Amino acid sequence: MPDTPGQPLTEVEQVKTSSRYLRGTIAESLADHLTGAVAKGDTHLLKFHGTYQQDDRDLRKERARQKLEPAYEFMVRIRVPGGVLMPEQWLAIDRIAREYANGTIRLTSRQSLQLHGVSKWELREVFQAINRSGLTTMAASGDVNRNIVCAANPQPPELHAELVDWSRRIGDHLAPHTTAYADLWLAETPGCGPRDDREPLYGPAYLPRKFKIAVAAPPSNDVDVFTNDLGLIAIIESGRIAGFNVSVGGGLGMSHGKAETFPALGQVIGFCEPGQVIDLAEKVLLVERDFGDRTNRRHARLKYILADRSVEWFQGELHARLGWTLRPPRDYQFEYGADPLGWTEGPNGTHNLTLFIECGRAADVDGYPLLSILCEIADRHRGQFRLTPNHNLVVSGVPGNDRPRIEQLVREYQLDDGTRASPVRHNALACVALPTCGQAAAESERYLPRFITKLEAVLAEAGLEGESIGVRMTGCPNGCSRPYLAEIGIVGRAAGKYNLYLGGDAAGRRLNQLYREKLVEAELLDALRTVLNHYARERMPGEPFGAFALRAGCVAPG
Amino acid sequence: MEVDVTILYGSQTGNVARLAADLTRRLRRVGFRAALSCMSEFPVERLDELRNLLVVVSTHGQGNPPDKAVRFHEFLYGADCPRLDRLRFAVLALGDIGYAHFCAAGRRFDDRLAELGAERLFPRADCDVDYTEPAEAWMQGVLSVLLREADAAGRKPGPDTPPFTEAGYTPSPSADYSRDRPFPAELTDRILLNGRGSDKATYHLELSLEGSGLEYAPGDALGIYPENDPALVDELLRAMHWEDDTLAPAGEEPRPAWEALLRYYEITRLTRPLLEQAARLGAGGLADLLQAGKEPELQAAMAGRDLLDLVRDFSLSGVPPDTFVPMLRRMPPRMYSIASSLRANPNRVAVTMAAVTFRVHGRSRSGVCSTYCTGRVAVGDRLRVFVNDNRNFHLPADSAAPIIMVGPGTGVAPFRAFLQEREATGATGKSWLFFGDRRFRTDFLYQTDWQRWLNMGILTRMDVAFSRDTQQKTYVQHRMMEHRRELFSWLADGAYLYVCGDEKRMAPNVHTALETIVVGEGGLSGPAAHDYVAELMQQGRYQRDVY
Repeated sequence: MPDTPGQPLTEVEQVKTSSRYLRGTIAESLADHLTGAVAKGDTHLLKFHGTYQQDDRDLRKERARQKLEPAYEFMVRIRVPGGVLMPEQWLAIDRIAREYANGTIRLTSRQSLQLHGVSKWELREVFQAINRSGLTTMAASGDVNRNIVCAANPQPPELHAELVDWSRRIGDHLAPHTTAYADLWLAETPGCGPRDDREPLYGPAYLPRKFKIAVAAPPSNDVDVFTNDLGLIAIIESGRIAGFNVSVGGGLGMSHGKAETFPALGQVIGFCEPGQVIDLAEKVLLVERDFGDRTNRRHARLKYILADRSVEWFQGELHARLGWTLRPPRDYQFEYGADPLGWTEGPNGTHNLTLFIECGRAADVDGYPLLSILCEIADRHRGQFRLTPNHNLVVSGVPGNDRPRIEQLVREYQLDDGTRASPVRHNALACVALPTCGQAAAESERYLPRFITKLEAVLAEAGLEGESIGVRMTGCPNGCSRPYLAEIGIVGRAAGKYNLYLGGDAAGRRLNQLYREKLVEAELLDALRTVLNHYARERMPGEPFGAFALRAGCVAPG
Repeated sequence: MEVDVTILYGSQTGNVARLAADLTRRLRRVGFRAALSCMSEFPVERLDELRNLLVVVSTHGQGNPPDKAVRFHEFLYGADCPRLDRLRFAVLALGDIGYAHFCAAGRRFDDRLAELGAERLFPRADCDVDYTEPAEAWMQGVLSVLLREADAAGRKPGPDTPPFTEAGYTPSPSADYSRDRPFPAELTDRILLNGRGSDKATYHLELSLEGSGLEYAPGDALGIYPENDPALVDELLRAMHWEDDTLAPAGEEPRPAWEALLRYYEITRLTRPLLEQAARLGAGGLADLLQAGKEPELQAAMAGRDLLDLVRDFSLSGVPPDTFVPMLRRMPPRMYSIASSLRANPNRVAVTMAAVTFRVHGRSRSGVCSTYCTGRVAVGDRLRVFVNDNRNFHLPADSAAPIIMVGPGTGVAPFRAFLQEREATGATGKSWLFFGDRRFRTDFLYQTDWQRWLNMGILTRMDVAFSRDTQQKTYVQHRMMEHRRELFSWLADGAYLYVCGDEKRMAPNVHTALETIVVGEGGLSGPAAHDYVAELMQQGRYQRDVY
């Protein structure tokens, strides 16, 4: 019995099922010249195609009075498998961002690129340009397998290509088959493209909810593997991938005031060999397809199946579908999750440069033309670009003799290669939130840099300015910047008000706990000042802040 | 039934119709059998039977007659028009002296009737925007001539008889407030309709008519008397070198000069009579411009210039107020299409207004009324207003009749009134709106209103053209052409076509598109299509309110 008994299917389920494999009335919506929006049902379907209908929320009230509809615009999410893209792809996205979007590129915490502010009338051109660059937006969102997140800095560095390859192969295997995407966006006239639809894996209703996979390479847990429906932890023996430990049922989304919703960490249930991993990923996804709750989207992810039925039930179901059995998990150790900023050793004698991108926003602002400098780097770069799960950027595979040119640019424009901002700023993550995200209840990306400045003062007062304490902020409880794992998690409740969570772990092994609710900025800083002063006085040698918060009883262990 | 005097009028905004009705009433009161008719409804084959003809007509755009006078005008100048040797006539012409073709339509009727052999019984009067007095003088003159002749003939005029073509026209019940006595209406709300990033500033203004007794129908206009920009008045006063406490003639009694220039006179446009008077004051160089045959140079010199330019360029500083101020034209009201339905908004009226500012001849200048209403007055202040009924721009009497509305920019205002009215009355007729402006995101005036009416089915369909969103500029006439088949089938089904907005480019382009559609879809020749469209106009199924 997969669904909540006695409850009807959600509206989204009906939209999906009747959509003719994600077509819906998208073609008609695009042709409607009287509104910048699409029909309601199509807003659900467009997510599968990689775009969200949003509006400039700063203008909502004002425009309503002006008898203008909301300033509808679209966020376009580009899937970047394994987070790897070629310099010319970066340049292509840069051109699209300047011509059709708001002139910025947002690096996301799941190694995607987002463009904001695209109008409905230009969506097709944008999609076509993205596809011409060899990238796609298909399945960047929606109730399907999302972009697979992959460790950005494995050791040894040569492993990266192999891990990315597994990410791609799994992603390709789980990709939707519908031709609606080609038909609606790439065909000369929408609705006149190919029509031979089948979805052998997903079926006409797709999954009950999104499905996330990450591939981690210990000792780094930069991907926050336990926040994924399926986590694959590479077991590296003698510099080779021996296989993967398998974690299931992670997921962070919750709703304030709904106890039946909660963030959960994935549980490691066994080990598989590399050759088994695609089969495994498929079968885990099928369990979600068949048992996820289609009557309540807040209760639909894999973590709720595990919570409602037990992990033993899940293993039984999985093994029955696999026809083989996972072996016991191997030993591994996660030690950190942050990116190694600056120059590190790249694969095969090359060099990697990890640049700090504050809040993941690559833009040109007065005195800091980051976006333009990245283009200049990309222009003559012979390696690749890597997006990290901490929304930073790695210029990877730089041959030794190209390094001085890049070093010169970094110096000249004072790009942050880990030597400029404070550790707390370097470690901070934020979701996009206002003004574009429809979910946001409070500011996040626009506010975090200012908040960090104030927090830096608090840390300095406590003599903690050198500490790299992890701060993650979101504008709503859905958890896009993974706040529930942070040492300091700040989650938007309402305009200017946040819940404060403490007790997380820098390597993503532990959920934090709610410490205080609905705090305005001054209260937030006061609360942190008290705990941080306490920490400065009474921490044990080497004790991280999150661990201290638990030991000192600020919050109870989860 | 024998008729002594026939009054034919060609009216666009309603002023002419009102004057013609007044004239008719007065003729009947003294015993004439007077027949009143709109030019579009007069049976031209009876023209040569008439004995006395009084023509009242206004002029628009590039010297054009009103839409409903086009047919009659064409007939007079056409080959089929008979000689009118037995006819006597007089013409009352209305216009705006600020335009080069001042009263041109009236002049053409006057000239042509004489050419056809008719005898002028009273000289033509050409009236400016402030027409009340000269029109009155002309009417009295005409009446006295006719009465004198009736006396001389020893014949009392016959009893009052109903006209043979009254055309459903009845004078409006006289309200206390009028053009001559505007109502001070409170500005209750003002909304900038253009979103951020727009390079336009179009405002929605709401006013209270509470206590005024004023009524209006969808399609009518609101007349507003503005005040001049005090900064410009100050500059003018400085340029004149008048003392601070100088008095100037204004209305009944003298007022401080600044107040006179602020409220009573037009100071932002130059006219030929003003220049003629200034020339008599000895303004050097003006006489040359005013010579016969220099009309183009004169128009070019006046264009975009105001009184301050005149004072500076022709050294009029120091001319005393008693000499200077009487040369000026009384402040004319500006007309704005009403954007609301009284039925849906009792005691309230809304207008749509584009604030106009521009830079020319080295100085920033602005539209007097639009910047007054959208900037210099505040919500809560009062504006002096009156209702100008616009009989030639009303919804069809049959609420089931389909309507097609073409209204780019502020031209969309009356259609908001139309749809509010149709919503309030539960009208069943189909409707189709063509709207255009610069940018979809910021300039889609009243967007959420149209969306609501579309959802409710009050508005059947809508097509939009945003000229700055596309590489090739797209305008409403292009959308009409794209949908020409359907548009023609609506017309064939009896649809009424309304066009409101820009007179210089939009209206002619839409007109051309309409004729092209009639040729292409109706399979008519060029001249036949011209006739088809003229016939639509004649029937009141093609109504325009352009400015």
